[in-house]
Amino acid sequence: MPAGLIHSYPFPPDRFDEMLVDRGMPRPHCEAFVRRLENLSHNALEQRADFVAEAIESDGVTYNVYADPKGISRPWELDMLPLIISAGDWKHLSAAVAQRARLLDAVLADLYGPQKLIAEGLLPPALVYGQRGYKWPCHGTVPPGGRFLHLYAVDLARSPDGNWWVIADRTQGPSGAGYALQNRIVVSQAFPDTFRNLHIHKLAGFFRSLQEGLARMAPTGGDTPLCVLLTPGPYNETYFEHAFLARYLGFPLVEGQDLTVRDDTVYLKTLRGLRRVHAILRRLDDDFCDPLELRADSALGVPGLLGAVRAGRVLMANALGSGVLESAALFGFLPRISERLLGEPLAMPSVASWWCGEGPALEHVLEHLDELVIKPAFPSMRMETLFGHFLSADERTQIVESIKAQPHAYVAQEWVRLSQAPVWTPNARQRLAPRSVGLRLFAAATPDGYVVMPGALTRVAPGGGVEVISMQRGGMSKDTWVQADMPVRRASLIKKRLGVIDLLCTGTDIPSRVGENLFWMGRHSERSESSARILRAALTRLVGGGDDIDKELSGLLLAASRIGAITSDDDAAGDDPEVTLEQRLLGAVSDLDQPGSIASNLRALALNANHVRERLSPDNWHVLNRLEAAVRPSPTTLDQALGALDQVLLSCVSLAGFAMDGMTRDEGWHFLILGRRIERLAGLSALVSVVLQARERDREPMLEWLLAAANSIVTYRARYRRSPELLPVMHLVVFDTSNPHSVGFQVHSLKRYLVSIAQDLGHPMPPQIAGLEQCLARFDLTAFEAEHCEAACSRLATLLSDAESTAYALSDEIHHRFFIHTARQSRLRSVA
Amino acid sequence: MSKVSYHVRHETLYHYDQPVGESHQLLRLAPRELAWQRCVGHRIEVRPEPSRFKDFVDSFGNTVRALHFDADHDSLFVHSESWVELDPRPTHDLESSPAWESVRDALRYRAGKRIDSESLQATAFLFESTDVRLKRDFGEYARPSFAPERPVLAAVDDLMQRIFREFSFDPEATDVSTPVTEVYANRRGVCQDFAHFMISCLRTQGIPARYVSGYILTRPPPGKKRLVGADATHAWVSVFCPDLGWIDFDPTNAVRPDLEHITIGWGRDFSDISPMRGVLLGGGGHEPEIAVTVVPEAEFTDLYSDPGLPSLALRFRNR
Repeated sequence: MPAGLIHSYPFPPDRFDEMLVDRGMPRPHCEAFVRRLENLSHNALEQRADFVAEAIESDGVTYNVYADPKGISRPWELDMLPLIISAGDWKHLSAAVAQRARLLDAVLADLYGPQKLIAEGLLPPALVYGQRGYKWPCHGTVPPGGRFLHLYAVDLARSPDGNWWVIADRTQGPSGAGYALQNRIVVSQAFPDTFRNLHIHKLAGFFRSLQEGLARMAPTGGDTPLCVLLTPGPYNETYFEHAFLARYLGFPLVEGQDLTVRDDTVYLKTLRGLRRVHAILRRLDDDFCDPLELRADSALGVPGLLGAVRAGRVLMANALGSGVLESAALFGFLPRISERLLGEPLAMPSVASWWCGEGPALEHVLEHLDELVIKPAFPSMRMETLFGHFLSADERTQIVESIKAQPHAYVAQEWVRLSQAPVWTPNARQRLAPRSVGLRLFAAATPDGYVVMPGALTRVAPGGGVEVISMQRGGMSKDTWVQADMPVRRASLIKKRLGVIDLLCTGTDIPSRVGENLFWMGRHSERSESSARILRAALTRLVGGGDDIDKELSGLLLAASRIGAITSDDDAAGDDPEVTLEQRLLGAVSDLDQPGSIASNLRALALNANHVRERLSPDNWHVLNRLEAAVRPSPTTLDQALGALDQVLLSCVSLAGFAMDGMTRDEGWHFLILGRRIERLAGLSALVSVVLQARERDREPMLEWLLAAANSIVTYRARYRRSPELLPVMHLVVFDTSNPHSVGFQVHSLKRYLVSIAQDLGHPMPPQIAGLEQCLARFDLTAFEAEHCEAACSRLATLLSDAESTAYALSDEIHHRFFIHTARQSRLRSVA
Repeated sequence: MSKVSYHVRHETLYHYDQPVGESHQLLRLAPRELAWQRCVGHRIEVRPEPSRFKDFVDSFGNTVRALHFDADHDSLFVHSESWVELDPRPTHDLESSPAWESVRDALRYRAGKRIDSESLQATAFLFESTDVRLKRDFGEYARPSFAPERPVLAAVDDLMQRIFREFSFDPEATDVSTPVTEVYANRRGVCQDFAHFMISCLRTQGIPARYVSGYILTRPPPGKKRLVGADATHAWVSVFCPDLGWIDFDPTNAVRPDLEHITIGWGRDFSDISPMRGVLLGGGGHEPEIAVTVVPEAEFTDLYSDPGLPSLALRFRNR
């Protein structure tokens, strides 16, 4: 690469440049890297840039820009050129960040304890009690290990004179450490030799400190600590990072509903039972953590969590209520607080700040508005940062009025001209373009003090001349290399290559939520299929017409309403029976508001599938998508409805195929199959009962559609080559365990899976199913040989009605035992 | 007047549409010990019996009972009973209290100014909270009562009288979640709303004010007997004045609480001190039935000795 690379990069006269000390002259600690760049050909550099972009894409690194379900998840943008920090600079930076973490931890301990900072006039009450971030219910809680702040992040900016300033503190569940790690994994591979030769600090040690710090401070009582990462869920903007960090740290990634609090103790609900959780690394804001004592409308939290915290039974990282320190209005008070709490001067200044709640500060701000940046004193205000010198006359008048009306709600800061660093661009004329940058540094608590991550997330402004850096608005990022004085040892929490010992045959501790969604996926897909079969039989007869149609139809409709596929006669009162029937059938296919309709079953199926997205193959997804589209737009004629039902059946059969042949047979899979079998057992038993309970002369015409609904016509014809008769039909759809659509087959395989689950998960086997199997085996079929077999019919009907209620009881039992882990009404007083 | 004794019975009944598998409830039903109030007996009975329960004291000093259920149940019945003795409260001459500005300024922050622990506690009640807003409108509404140098208690009393006169009691106009801005716009509501509005006005003026939850003695209509369950929970306002401490005002009845107001506890607003707050797993649409009975000791035997006595389940909030 020609020297032009560096020479074409503009050196700024009025701000600090992270790479150059003067035009074309690298800073001493960057020299080696710059030389390396200059020695690479255009092509080689191009290749590295491509490598970085591809790595980000293939690792699936994303940042969700809009926090709504349909939001775009945008690929993470990473510049291939690292920002390099010299060993000397780092010494100062890391000491200052560790001190600030220690200070803020001490401030939290005071605010949630004796509150002497307020009593002594070192902190205005408005900035504590007036903040929504101050959580009164947390007052008086003392965290296990005594630390409030376990993972702290701070945003820094470098002014033209080369000094670093704090511009924001992140104290709730700071994001970015995972992205910084991801950046490192990619960029160090793009420049492997340079990375080695420059003696760059590794990041793994920091994450090990975080892990160990949580494990050692958690109230384990000697048990092996279980630490989980609590996420708001896939729609959160940094969800990728939650999943990535959880994997890297070896913590289960959980949502609020995966946890339950009993006896002031937090448990993870798994298919194997409740497992005690000792520490929670949270990415959920304070407000949402406990709907019982914090925001009542939060669906993301864990009811009773604060009780567990109060009892000292769980470590929250960071402590609940730590968000109170995320206000820029606190900056001005920190130097004196540092002297008071630590007995030390504050090592790194915050950017000069004026909280307008103080008279003299207010005057200063109004006088110097043009040189200042205006921010809300309370982060809950959701106000954009305003740059005084960019304000129009109107905007200026407006903000002055707002400040005067509620001075305590505003803080003004000196406007720091950010330092700049080069980013690689696709523009061949100027490969290196200057961009404003800021650093986000991280510190983790250990019992021995704070450890600062020797690296950072360097955040890059989205365009030239842009001063505001925000990932929300599409910024870019850089890896940050911190030079060591000496060569560093290599260490990573990720093994370079997996060994035999790492091989897993089954997932460990599958959260109950996963099992539950698979179970209901099974039930809803089976229900869609059986409803579709019976509705198709009805529609075919209605469309085809014929002599006996009324008789056949009435039985069919009775059966359909018996399994909930169609509204019952009583509900569908109408003057014109013909029109009503057509409407009822169309509604049964496409009416989303009608419980039990095909459309509402499919919608429920899609919802369940969404929650186990990562376990389904792309082909499986394709079918699911097609399935939902089958009843959209709603069919308006019987012919269209028939077409839709054909589509639904075809897709349902594909789903059944995937279930049997396309999924790993782990604990979760068992629940999918249980769901399918239970639903089919209930549905089929109900249908056969309808036939058995019909008057004798009505029975014969029902057998044809019963075979269709049980998908057994082909087998019947192949076996008997005559029109359907009661005995062989009953044998085929009830007793023949080789027919996957028989009652016997469902009972048989349910028993098999339940035994296997009982062994795997250590739960006792639910008792009902074995009894049912015996009754089926003992039933005397010869009774059906008689000319009039009413007694046999009624006996079998009773048996099948038992089978149906057994299916529902079993579903209920599974729900309580494996998913929500609560006692059932019949065993009201038993306590886990 | 000397000491009076009351028996309070407070019953809450939830019927759930579907069985609830798991539920956490926090009950704030135990009357606090105060200089003029002794709680000589208090018990809570819950049906079904919770899997476990625990008492703790919240950040404002109120006793909370936490219940946890982890077995299916389709109703929840909470029966709370308290025997409370009240002494007459100290009386204050409204006109000789300090100027309202001095109360405001005493608690105002100045760098390095130390405040005593009572004032420190009072400053917690100076700011916005879940149900209390600081608004220019509220300041303007309050201003006529807060003439320069007016004694603070006289100013607060005047504000209370104006709210009593200018706002209509109307249980249909609001529910538990109606924002205070709407209460102001419509000038109607119930005790909870008047308390929130009065607190908003006071805090906007820089006067610390807290929300008090409790019971009030009602009088049966002339010639009628007292009915079991015919009362309701009540709410009023307490104002802080250095030297004098906390002084109660009831904007719903335009009185200063004395021997007919029984205090359960207080917080920044209703959300801090609601008698019952819970989270359910499962279940569905549910409005509780609530029956409160406040009986002076003298009438106790008379009221509860009648075996066929009618029991009413009333609306949640009443005058």
